Amino acid sequence: MGFEADVRARLEVDAKEIIARYPRSRSALLPLLHLMQAEEGFVSPAGIELCAELLDLATAEVAAVATFYTMYKRRPNGEYSVGVCTNTLCAVLGGDQIFATLKEHLGIGHDETTEDGKVTLEHLECNAACDYAPVMMVNWEFFDDQTPQSATQLVDDLRAGREVHPTRGPRLCTFKQVSRVLAGFPDGLANEGPAAGPATLLGLVIARQQEQTDSDDPAPPGARRTSSADAGSGTGYGRDGGPSESDAPATTAQADPANETPVRDSEKGTDA
Amino acid sequence: MSTRTPPLTPVLSRLWDQDRSWTREVYERFDGYQGLRRALTKAPDEIVQLVKDSELRGRGGAGFPTGNKWGFIPQGGDKPVYLVVNADESEPGTCKDIPLMMANPHELVEGVIIASYAIRAKHAFIYVRGEVVHVLRRLQNAVQEAYDAGYLGGDILGSGYGLEVTVHAGAGAYICGEETALLDSLEGRRGQPRLRPPFPAIAGLYASPTVINNVETIASVPSIVRNGPDWFASLGTHDEDPRKRSKGFTLYSLSGHVTRPGQFEAPMGVTLRELLQLAGGVREGHELKFWTPGGSSTPLLTAEHLDVPLSYEGVAAAGSMLGTKALQVFDETTCVVRAVLRWTEFYAHESCGKCTPCREGTFWLVQILRRLENGEGSDEDLEKLLDISDNILGRSFCALGDGATSPITSSIQYFRDEYVAHYEQGGCPFDPTAATVFAAAGTSAGARAR
Repeated sequence: MGFEADVRARLEVDAKEIIARYPRSRSALLPLLHLMQAEEGFVSPAGIELCAELLDLATAEVAAVATFYTMYKRRPNGEYSVGVCTNTLCAVLGGDQIFATLKEHLGIGHDETTEDGKVTLEHLECNAACDYAPVMMVNWEFFDDQTPQSATQLVDDLRAGREVHPTRGPRLCTFKQVSRVLAGFPDGLANEGPAAGPATLLGLVIARQQEQTDSDDPAPPGARRTSSADAGSGTGYGRDGGPSESDAPATTAQADPANETPVRDSEKGTDA
Repeated sequence: MSTRTPPLTPVLSRLWDQDRSWTREVYERFDGYQGLRRALTKAPDEIVQLVKDSELRGRGGAGFPTGNKWGFIPQGGDKPVYLVVNADESEPGTCKDIPLMMANPHELVEGVIIASYAIRAKHAFIYVRGEVVHVLRRLQNAVQEAYDAGYLGGDILGSGYGLEVTVHAGAGAYICGEETALLDSLEGRRGQPRLRPPFPAIAGLYASPTVINNVETIASVPSIVRNGPDWFASLGTHDEDPRKRSKGFTLYSLSGHVTRPGQFEAPMGVTLRELLQLAGGVREGHELKFWTPGGSSTPLLTAEHLDVPLSYEGVAAAGSMLGTKALQVFDETTCVVRAVLRWTEFYAHESCGKCTPCREGTFWLVQILRRLENGEGSDEDLEKLLDISDNILGRSFCALGDGATSPITSSIQYFRDEYVAHYEQGGCPFDPTAATVFAAAGTSAGARAR
């Protein structure tokens, strides 16, 4: 039932490193459970036993923790965890329709996995990206401004093995790979993907335009406000055209030589 | 309507549009780690006083004065002192800390070092929710870069002061945003809140004196040290009585049925009307129905509150709370019963189960709200909702239970007729597709074509 000797030896080396980060060993339990998922794709009874052994806890104590947190899976997870936010704001803006579409398209329900083992579908609670609603997460990477069509395309691409890029993140990794990052082992992808999406930058873009307008043309406040609002629409934010290569806030970036347009991950690829 | 140009003050967000803004190299070009260098020339108590003088208050929801919190840490005892950053941003509607850490994690790391120095902590933890793996990567990378540059480690910039920082990923539990539940989680346990007193300042992580601060709070500290408390206190709302004013700038997050949702960094006290001007207004062809000032745990407000100053005291006077400044905007296509039901299902799911009023109360609230949304409710159900809410509010172990009652009581206050319409008509009078962003293209030409 337990791990093979070589696997166990490898996990023990990683575990030692995790435990050393904390003044008290039990604090290592959450990252250790992420490490078990990195190995097996879920927290198995063997994983629980190993954690208990490493931290000198009862298996019941470890199981009590593992079952409290929703990110720990008790059954083998698909290669891709596909989550749709159905908390109020995303649900109202279309998350409910997206989730219903995916259930029908994939023929599975919440917390179920497609037969090919590729996709586990879940509905999620708020994932802190409400200005990009409706939001989906795949293996805990952001897929902003989704529609039923884009969501269907996304899961088809995942199942066909086509390369998929999150809106704000690096090239997509597998569930096991991201679980290792969650355990605290960097994967070297921090420099991939953009700094921010257009909604994150909206206030800053407008502030820079206000500065520009203030210095170029001291127009009355009313006029200034209008020009700010107009220029703001030039961010190409997803609501105006959907996430695409033209989404970058080009207006400000070009106006200010010091500002480089945040490069979308789809355009990036090489400079990671 | 206000004629004032909505002010914006990009401080935390000032470099988010730079290429590779998350790197130490770029942050240093924008005065990065200058606050730390200055802080290390002062005594720790001077930094505590400086933050007190700035009147910075917590940006995670509760609004407690940050300098006072730091000042509560007993010094000179034999127990180690810890700083824990609450980066578990999960309050529905709240989306400020996550983009901050993705675009510029160094602002937070610098704040962590200054705050730790001030309270004399030798080990700090950043507890980030697990469901944002790229933010975790950026944090891990920033902390490593800070070690490489000598900003972290045994002897920071030759000052003799040393600090270790551990980035810790959570595993999916809203309750861990509650500070004592976060501590239990960080100790490797189920995330359940603790009884207070003792407060974390006396017995926090490992029963040692601990300061827990929100990401935005800590990230605001470097700019205060760089520019001085007077600069910070010059922004925001003003009043003779310190309890009736809110100082500094903050991140306001606009989401929902607005033309252009996004983050706006502005002085404390800006209004929703002003922010909506910047966001292009409520989506074309529609009007504001209700909104949350600071996440779903803050009582709903309506169009009559558009000119409420979004400050701690301003929103409190309007019967709600500033919370996390998560302004979720809903137009007239939204069914308030459906919205409140969904939030209540969230609270029931996330209730940790430790205390009875919250665990049992949220369960029954969901049952009754489902009945109401299906058009099978009654006047008695409405009274029962209020009665259960009354028995949860103030009687739960932590603020999760209180928060669960906010959308219910406030929505019944403002929209009782809509609840009644559900059971009088025998169903929900709203078409959910009309509220979606993809329906908008069809209903109002040009707006939100996708």
